[in-house]
Amino acid sequence: MIIKTYSTIIGLTIALLLPIGSARAEQPGIRDAYAEAVAKVGRGSMAEREQGIAALAEAGNPRSLDILRALLDGRLYQEKSTGALVIAEKNAGRFKIEEASNGADLGFAEAEAIGRINITNRIRGELRKLIGQLGLGAEDASARLAAVREMTKDPDQKTLELLQKRSAVETDQRVKRAIDLIFLVRDLDSGDKTARIRALKALQDYDSQEVVNKLNAMLEPDGEGGYAEADADIRNQAKITLHAIDTRIGLYHAAETVFFGLSLGAVLVLAAIGLAITFGVMGVINMAHGELMMLGAYTTYVIQQLLPDSLGLSIFLAIPAAFLISALAGLAIERGLIRFLYGRPLETLLATFGVSLILQQGVRSIFSPLNRSVATPSWMSGSWQINDFLSLTWNRFYILIFCLLVFTALLQILKRTRLGLEVRAVAQNRRMAKAMGIPTDRVDAMTFALGSGIAGVAGVALSQITNVGPNLGQAYIVDSFMVVVFGGVGNLFGTLVAGFSLGIANKFLEPYAGAVLAKILVLVFIILFIQKRPRGLFPQKGRAAEA
Amino acid sequence: MFKNISKKFGTKKLLAFTAAAAMTFASGARAEDTIKVGILHSLSGTMAISETTLKDTMQMLIDEQNKKGGLLGKKLEAVVVDPASNWPLFAEKARELLTKDKVAAIFGCWTSVSRKSVLPVIEELNGILFYPVQYEGEESSKNVFYTGAAPNQQAIPAVDYLMNDLKVKRWVLAGTDYVYPRTTNKILEAYLKAKGVSKKDIMINYTPFGHSDWQSIVADIKKFGSAGKKTAVVSTINGDANVPFYKELGNQGVSAEDIPVVAFSVGEEELSGIDTKPLVGHLAAWNYFMSVDTTKNAAFIDQWKKFIKNDKRVTNDPMEAHYIGFNMWVKAVEKAGTTDPDAVQKAIIGVEFPNLTGGTAKMLPNHHISKPVLIGEIQDNGQFLTVWQTNKVVDGDAWSDYLPESKPIIADWTPPISCGNYNTKTKKCSGQNYK
Repeated sequence: MIIKTYSTIIGLTIALLLPIGSARAEQPGIRDAYAEAVAKVGRGSMAEREQGIAALAEAGNPRSLDILRALLDGRLYQEKSTGALVIAEKNAGRFKIEEASNGADLGFAEAEAIGRINITNRIRGELRKLIGQLGLGAEDASARLAAVREMTKDPDQKTLELLQKRSAVETDQRVKRAIDLIFLVRDLDSGDKTARIRALKALQDYDSQEVVNKLNAMLEPDGEGGYAEADADIRNQAKITLHAIDTRIGLYHAAETVFFGLSLGAVLVLAAIGLAITFGVMGVINMAHGELMMLGAYTTYVIQQLLPDSLGLSIFLAIPAAFLISALAGLAIERGLIRFLYGRPLETLLATFGVSLILQQGVRSIFSPLNRSVATPSWMSGSWQINDFLSLTWNRFYILIFCLLVFTALLQILKRTRLGLEVRAVAQNRRMAKAMGIPTDRVDAMTFALGSGIAGVAGVALSQITNVGPNLGQAYIVDSFMVVVFGGVGNLFGTLVAGFSLGIANKFLEPYAGAVLAKILVLVFIILFIQKRPRGLFPQKGRAAEA
Repeated sequence: MFKNISKKFGTKKLLAFTAAAAMTFASGARAEDTIKVGILHSLSGTMAISETTLKDTMQMLIDEQNKKGGLLGKKLEAVVVDPASNWPLFAEKARELLTKDKVAAIFGCWTSVSRKSVLPVIEELNGILFYPVQYEGEESSKNVFYTGAAPNQQAIPAVDYLMNDLKVKRWVLAGTDYVYPRTTNKILEAYLKAKGVSKKDIMINYTPFGHSDWQSIVADIKKFGSAGKKTAVVSTINGDANVPFYKELGNQGVSAEDIPVVAFSVGEEELSGIDTKPLVGHLAAWNYFMSVDTTKNAAFIDQWKKFIKNDKRVTNDPMEAHYIGFNMWVKAVEKAGTTDPDAVQKAIIGVEFPNLTGGTAKMLPNHHISKPVLIGEIQDNGQFLTVWQTNKVVDGDAWSDYLPESKPIIADWTPPISCGNYNTKTKKCSGQNYK
């Protein structure tokens, strides 16, 4: 013990005098387990790295957890000149580094001077387990919960002891419940029949995949007329428990499918809502609508390039910027092309299709044909894990809310502003509106710009869930027209209802029919529906509709 | 025929026509000073994303060869055409290259459907096509040299790795709905069943091109993978659909440690255009990685970055395939002493050329080449970390041994068989009716 302390002191002194990691690490006899483990993590072979990680967790140094976390997150680097391990944080093109073993600030380093420590999936799995064990004593209850969850998968003896200790002092109900679950599942394998029955009864209230798998395995026929579980009483209780959990799973899955459908619907509505203005209200078949969305997505990309350090802010800035850019592009298309073609839908269709090709190839020439990478801010990634069977992904959740916000805003513009009033007036009866002194030319231009701008805003949302590339628009143009036509041309509410109902229908069909067939079935349904009701779900009533 | 024409046009016009034709021939004769090489890759449309790079690679290789003094004492000249991701246009452009430009060889195509569309033209006019992309096999033409991987050089070793090293017991075969994934998954399914995997442990899923809403499918995969057995996804999902797929996996909390995804269509080029965070730890099987540390590879990467004048550009597997294919063709032409297709087709069999990743590629009698197989984990810098590789090169097999219908079929373009579709049981050359 004395020798150990002594060596640590020498080690630290040398570290202070001579901040060169490799020189220190190579000195035999003065390394303690911790320093050795740190050195081992940095060596070349994966096998050594794995041993080093285990030793690091064993060493119990307070820095261990930081190093392991950094390794898992890909923040652990090696200084190329010295071989010392450092934790690096990207900072304005360079890296801010600190010594891994003691946290000392080492200033800045260029990207070329340090190399990342690579890890494989095996090591990642190991790391998660070890971090779980070390994280069990964390202050934050949700961190403890995550640690316990990480340890659920086949726990070894050491893990169980740790959990038992924790359970005794745990105050948070959720963490306690998660630990209880692990022990209840263990009880299922015990020799004591009453304990097993008791465990089975208790497990009825747990929504756990672990339990379902376990029970299914118990009820599996063994091929010789019997079951994997020999005792009939236990089998009966297992069936009751499984049934209780399965009933809840059914509900969770239904809820999940509805959410999936709503979020697909939100994307459809966002893509279609701009078109509902240009096509629905103005009657212009705008084949370049998808490319206006693409412009919005590229705007997001450019803004993100300008503000590389603040992802969240760049998304919020991108919304008005994309609106402006696409609205301007739309204005140019309307003034330069479409206004000469009013009342000639076929020519408009061809001309705007040409515009769409020009925009696509333009983007290809400026940004290259490769897809551009738009990063997702951390608050938009991951999911809200309600239980093992139900989780809602954040990006879809936000897009759903965003869609409703855009819809409400658009509705308010049409209802409450002068532009909105004029738009509606022109849509209802162009000649009469003109006679009343409304400058229909200008209103047309503004309406088209508004619809285009909304398409740009939709592009911002799309950049978060799909590729930002020259083909982005093409993927959505058919769906957009489908939603608008199905909802009833000229009716914004129709678009909303149509988008959501098509989304939900698609998601309910998908598990049975597969993605390809589900899409076909939805299209067939729409064709039949349009045969019966050519004006869509909510046809526009009145004289204008007949014209 | 001649009479008809002279009647229709009148003698004057005919004279003019003949003069014009003579001029064309004259210019053709002048062009004989160079050897023309056709490059048939889409520079616009959906496939431009992948194929433009290959066009640049070919231009770099041709430049390099010209610096070395050309071929047979003549300079090489690249003839670039743009089939615009339009499959029938591939056939038209191929015809144009062979009849109008009289190219000695064509390097081109990416998707299987574009290759299938070029096939009848190249066979009719007896041209040479080098095809650089991994594909589904079940083909061997006298006129095509397949420098990409056949299923036994990519898909089968990847499944072996998952089965033996990661102990995977349940399999999701997910693909885009077209010929390459369908055939590959058919072969893989047969292979897995032969290895004793039961039907209920295999889930097969197809999605349309450019699919972007992966919520339900990922939820299904999650459910399928949570049954207590180690599960992996073998992905033949193509191009654009990959990004939303991996994003959804990440968002739904499916990590590479739980359910690894091994992909056959995700390379360095595709990774350079996306946010790699959700992909880290997932796998890809290729015959080349940019990260492989050999002097040859370092030199190639250096040459590429200089040629393209961009330090950020990456190299990938199909680029290496073109590099090998082009150099094999050069060697074969030198060996034959002519660019005559028949002579080159004969001379190229058995030609060897070193791979960028070590080992030697050899042109086999079935017009496929031998390749090493590498499996890598995706790192967040968009590169691969090799976690497994074959210890020697694997010979490309044109006709899969795991499908009952193609099991007895072999391809061998050397006499006495000289056939791309030879049934060893019936001793007949059949099916594709190659001469």
